[in-house]
This record gives sequence, C-alpha cells and structure tokens, in this order.
Amino acid sequence: MKHLMSGNEAIARGVYEAGVLVCSAYPGTPSTEIFENLPQYSDKLYCEWAPNEKVATEVAYGACTAGVRSFTAMKHVGLNVASDPVYTAAYNGVGGGFVIVSADDPSMHSSQNEQDNRWVARHAKIACVEPSDSQECLEFTKAAFDISERFDMPVLLRTTTRVSHSKSLVEFGEREEHVPGPYEKNPGKFMCVPALAYRNRAKVEKNLAALEEYSNTCPLQKVEMGDGKLGVISASIAYQYAKDAFPEGTSFLKLGLTYPLPMELIRDFASKVETLYVVEELDPFMEEQIKAAGIKCIGKELVSPMYELNPQLLKEQIFGVKPVTVDVGVKPVSRPPALCPGCPHRGFFYVMSKHRDYIVTGDIGCYTLGGSAPLSASDTSVCMGGGYTVAVGLSKAFAATGQKKTIFGVVGDSTFFHSGMTGAVEIIYNNADVIPVVLDNHITGMTGHQDNPGSGYNLLGEVASEVKIEDVLRSYGYKNVIVVDPQDLTAMQKAVDDALASSERAAIVCRRPCLLIKRIKHDRGLCVVDTDKCIGCKSCLRVGCPAVMVKNKKAFIDPNQCVGCTVCAQVCPKGAISRKES
Amino acid sequence: MESKSVLLVGVGGQGAILTAKILVNGLISEGYDVKMSEVHGMSQRGGSVSTQVHFGKKVNSPVIGLGAADILVAFEKMEAVRYAPYLKPDGIAVINDFAMESSTTAAGLAQYPEGCLEAMQAHFTCLVLNAEAIAESLGTTKCMNVVLFGGMVKALGMDDIDWEKVVAETVPPKFRELNLKAYRAGYEAVEKAAAPAKAD
Repeated sequence: MKHLMSGNEAIARGVYEAGVLVCSAYPGTPSTEIFENLPQYSDKLYCEWAPNEKVATEVAYGACTAGVRSFTAMKHVGLNVASDPVYTAAYNGVGGGFVIVSADDPSMHSSQNEQDNRWVARHAKIACVEPSDSQECLEFTKAAFDISERFDMPVLLRTTTRVSHSKSLVEFGEREEHVPGPYEKNPGKFMCVPALAYRNRAKVEKNLAALEEYSNTCPLQKVEMGDGKLGVISASIAYQYAKDAFPEGTSFLKLGLTYPLPMELIRDFASKVETLYVVEELDPFMEEQIKAAGIKCIGKELVSPMYELNPQLLKEQIFGVKPVTVDVGVKPVSRPPALCPGCPHRGFFYVMSKHRDYIVTGDIGCYTLGGSAPLSASDTSVCMGGGYTVAVGLSKAFAATGQKKTIFGVVGDSTFFHSGMTGAVEIIYNNADVIPVVLDNHITGMTGHQDNPGSGYNLLGEVASEVKIEDVLRSYGYKNVIVVDPQDLTAMQKAVDDALASSERAAIVCRRPCLLIKRIKHDRGLCVVDTDKCIGCKSCLRVGCPAVMVKNKKAFIDPNQCVGCTVCAQVCPKGAISRKES
Repeated sequence: MESKSVLLVGVGGQGAILTAKILVNGLISEGYDVKMSEVHGMSQRGGSVSTQVHFGKKVNSPVIGLGAADILVAFEKMEAVRYAPYLKPDGIAVINDFAMESSTTAAGLAQYPEGCLEAMQAHFTCLVLNAEAIAESLGTTKCMNVVLFGGMVKALGMDDIDWEKVVAETVPPKFRELNLKAYRAGYEAVEKAAAPAKAD
C-alpha cells in the first residue's frame, strides 16, 4: 500500500526505518514537519525540540559519538547557526551515522534569504544528498546514513520547500535496527585539538576522494538515455520540472548524491548527447564544477539563478516558449500576512506605534509582522537573537554620535531561548542603553506551534520543566523585570513608562498565550460597533487587526474573524466598540 | 490521459489545504498518480495562499507555472484575479462569490478592487457559487471550502468518484457530518443552476 506523504513526513519515516535512535532539532519552515512526525515512532527512537539548531546538532552529534545513528533537521538559515559543530564533525568523523537536513527555501516563502546550502556541504567537505520527491525522501534518508558510516562523515540531506512540502505517494519499508556495542572512549577521534585536526585534514580529503569514486557508481545516480540529442543533468525538484519542460527523447542524468559530483559519470553522459544542459534551482553549484572539469554545458546562461523554477519557466528560459496567459484587467491589491485577530503581540506594537521616536529592533517570528503597516513599529529584523544585539550596536552608535534615543530590543519566547539569552547578557555586561522585551506567547508561533523551554511541554507533548523568562533575566542582573499582559493597553503603556523611568536595570516580559494554542481554553468573545456612537475617525484601524474595517464610513468588525480581544475597543475615543461574550 | 493541474487559492485559514487533500485522496482512490504542493509558514497568517494538485497516469512536477492550470478553484474572488494568469486560456475557474478584506484594504491603505467576478467571467468559463451563504445556512461559514468543492465536483462532472466517502474519510471525525452536508449543499446548488457558460 502506498501512502500520500509530504517530503518531510517521508524523511521522518526514513529516519525511523534507518534505525536512528537519537533526534534533535529546532523548528524552522520548511523543515518543521519532519520532527512533528517523529513522535509517532517514539517507542523506537528519542526525539526532542532543542533550544536552537546549534544545540540540536551538538546533541545529535554527541549521540553519534556513542555509535548510534542520530539525526537533526533545520531550515537553511538554521544551518548558519549550527555550522560550528557541523564543520568540526566533518573533521572528527562519525561513530554511528549522522545526517543533517538542510531545508532550503527558494523564493523565500518563509525566509529572509535564498541561500543555497549545497555550498555548505562542499565547504565543510561532507556529502550532499538531494531527493526530488517523497519516495526519494524516504529512501535517500536511509542511504544517507549508510554513506555517513561508510565514508566516516556527516551527510547533508538537502531539500527545498517544494520537496519538503509537496506530497506524493510513498511505499514503506521495515525498520532496520542499528544498535552499537557498549560505549568505548575514543578521544583520539572525537577531541578536536589542533594536532588531531592536522591529521584529520588529510583524512577528510582521503574520505572525500573515496566518496567521489563511489559517487560515479552510487545507486542514487540515475541515467535515462533518450535519442542522444538533448541531455539534461539535474537534481532535486529541478529534475521534476525539467522532465515536464524538455521534449520527449531527452536524456537525463538525475543525480541524488550531488557532492561530490560523479565527474566520470557526467563525462560519459556528456559524450553521449549533442547538447548538454545543467538544470538546477538557485546557484550554478553543479554547473561550475562541471565546466571547471572541461565539460561543455549550458546552464545559468539561460536558467535564472534566482527564485523557484517551474516547468513553464524552464520552457520559456531554455526554449523561448512564452506561456499564454490571460489578463483579466483587474489588479488585485496585495494581501500580506498580518498579526491574527486577538494576537497578543498587537498591544505591544500598538503602544510602540504611538511613539514614532522609539527605536524598536525586532527579530524572527510572528512578531516580525509588527513591522508591517499600519503598526509599522519595527526598525530592524536581522536574524534569530538579533533583536537584542542589534539594539546594543545601535545604542553604541548613538552614543558615539551624540544622539539620544530610546531603544527597545524585542524577541519572542522561543527566540529568547534560541539566542536571545546571550544578547540579554550583552546588554547588561556592556551597559547598553536598551530595554529588552520578550513577547512571550508561550509557543513557537510562526512555524506552526512547537513547544519550547518556556512552554512547559516537550516535543512528545509531555510536561517538561518550564524555564521562567523573568527568573532568567533577574539572574542576569535585571532587577526590575516587569511582567505585563500586552492586551491591556493601559498596563502595557505603564510597563513601558515604568521601564523607562526605572532607576534599576529594567526588562519587560509581555505575557499572553497565543490564541491558537489548542491545549489552553481561551476566553473568546466578539466586539461589536455601535454605529450611532462611531464617528468614523478610523482610530481602530490603527491597531492593524484583519477583523477591523470600515463599511459605509463607520467601523465594522467582521464577526467571522473577531475573537473579542478588545484592543480596538480600547483605542476607540468614543467608546463605540464593546465586547459581547460568546 | 494527459496530466491535469488544479490550482486552489484563497486566504490563509480558508481551508485550501484541506480541500486539496480531499481532492487528492479521491484521485488516489481512482488510481491516479498525484503530486500536491502547498506552502506553509508565514503566508498562513492572513496572507494569500495557493495549493497545487497535479494528477495523471504519471506526473513529475508538483508545481505549475503561468498559463498552465486546467482548473482554478478560488475561495475568495480577489484571489481568483490574482491567480488568473496561472489559468490556461481555455481553463475553468470555480469561484466563491466572497470577498475578504486584506490587511491593507481593512486598514484603508488600499481599495478592494471592483468587478473581480465580472472580469473573470468575461475571460474564462466560470462557475460562481455563493458558498458563504450556503455554508451560513448550514450554521457556519467555516465549511464554505467544502461547499465550493461540492459545486466543483458537479460542475466538472467528476461524479465517478465516491466523494462523500472521501470527504468522510479525510476530515476530522467531529466535523464529518458538517462537511458531508456542506459537500451535498454545494453539489445540489450547482445541480439546480444551469451548466457553466462563458459570458460575453
């Protein structure tokens, strides 16, 4: 029987079948569902959410040094955070098989950049394996563990959004147990001291050379010979696009192991076709290496190095066939994502929006949306944890240039544990003129609700130690930690004023759980407008709630969207909005 | 058969993904090879969302480009206009006669465009259904996605699949009855109305 599965679900199944025993990750789109699908196998393997990708990678690698198969997964920018242990693991090598998923996001559906992490495999000198559909996600995951153990290196299993989030039919296999013998100390292998690193440097090259030779005969590489006129070398989802875009009779060399490249196989394939194309999404990763090997091919001369591809784009870029489209003559307006109705972050950003002179350094999460109109209450958003540290840099720049500014550094609860804590220490250690704020909605929101060290639950949904953010901050030296319900605008404003007036080091924790958390019973209601009282001043529109709009020059609240949070009612100067219990 | 592409579009939270899942489960039960693509993450927060379903004897790409969809299913009418360039000139549009403000129009920063439906009808074979009203009569507008799906099944003559069984098996048990009613209501609404015709 075949199962309809996303690439991420299939990778989770592959992890199970590969006999993996320890798995650790931090959520990040488009990788998150891999770990959300591991608890179903928890009688056979350990799986967890870690505070960040670096921690997760180290946990998984630690398990691997004990000889067990171990696994981690992250989004492409998560690999930036995790890169330190990855590069060292490449030198030390592995005990049990060690596989790292990098889920890249071409077109940046949910990301801040479009980095092509195949380069990381090449840079770290480890194998890169790329599946192109869900069945391959399962099979290649298993193959990646074999490669890792055979060639003594971590393996990067690289997906893209369309591989991770597309669904296709998958046939299961059986789990194969890989249980190592009793732990044996091996500091000669796992201590990354310079003398050993010097020795390992040569070992890495030797292993890579052996892997390259294997790459030429590896079953993950597939040749489909056609009539010999057109030939395509491709991998990952681009292969599926090319299959639809190229005419019948085209030959394909479809690669599953894309680093190191099987150059002999490529040379042989190239010799059998008249015109050779390299079709890959994002960077000319394979193409540059193929050209450097002296093999003539066409790639990024025609195929865009930016954004996602699709079959129609390839037809246009390679064969000049323009798609036939209809212009219906009406222009849609943009529909950007917005903070949900009832979002606890709204109150904080509304208060910030009333003080346009404040500097607000934001971070990565749902609350990035606090920077969108009409709230427009964020100056920067750089990376996880940057909400605090970028603020420190700004404060030092203002001090150096004699500017007096009020700066709020903002991170979410999950981001606080991810990499906000070190920034909170930085603020106090270097005496920066910054007030750290934690928007604590008690969940990792944007990635679709994963638990974190502050939520009180773990990946399996079991009760876990709840790390109190205010306790952490106090232990750092923030003597005045103000915990406030951001939905109460008066209290929120007072918290801001008190923090600014505080003679002691102040920090603000805005605490209210996300309305979408299912395990919490939320107090829902409905706000309604008294149109006799409403003067049509549009003050309520400034809270940026999707449920609040204007109809016939009066405020209107969409009952299908409203949850009765009352933020709009609190800003109405005429008291025209009231809450009905539902 | 040649492969076919269905593009389902709407606003995050409208149930495009669930509808696509119903469609896909039905197609699989008929023995088709199916690929489905969806995007998660940031766009779910009230943003514009699209889900693609590609089916046939054997399909490769889960994603389609401009001018390549055979059927466009729009749960919101401005989204129909947004994704119209993805529809083949002779493709069919199934549109929910339902407008949802975007955060920009709600905040008064932009105007919701007039004439979305008429523009679509002027250029494509369209089936238009007021799924909101039908869903409301069933007690909740939350099921308008399945109402529209029921209408689509009838309009496109996809009757050879036992969709009621598929709906029942796909949706969570506690919403089974509601969704079955929604499916039937959409189906019957189209049955009563005339077959879709191209407007001038």
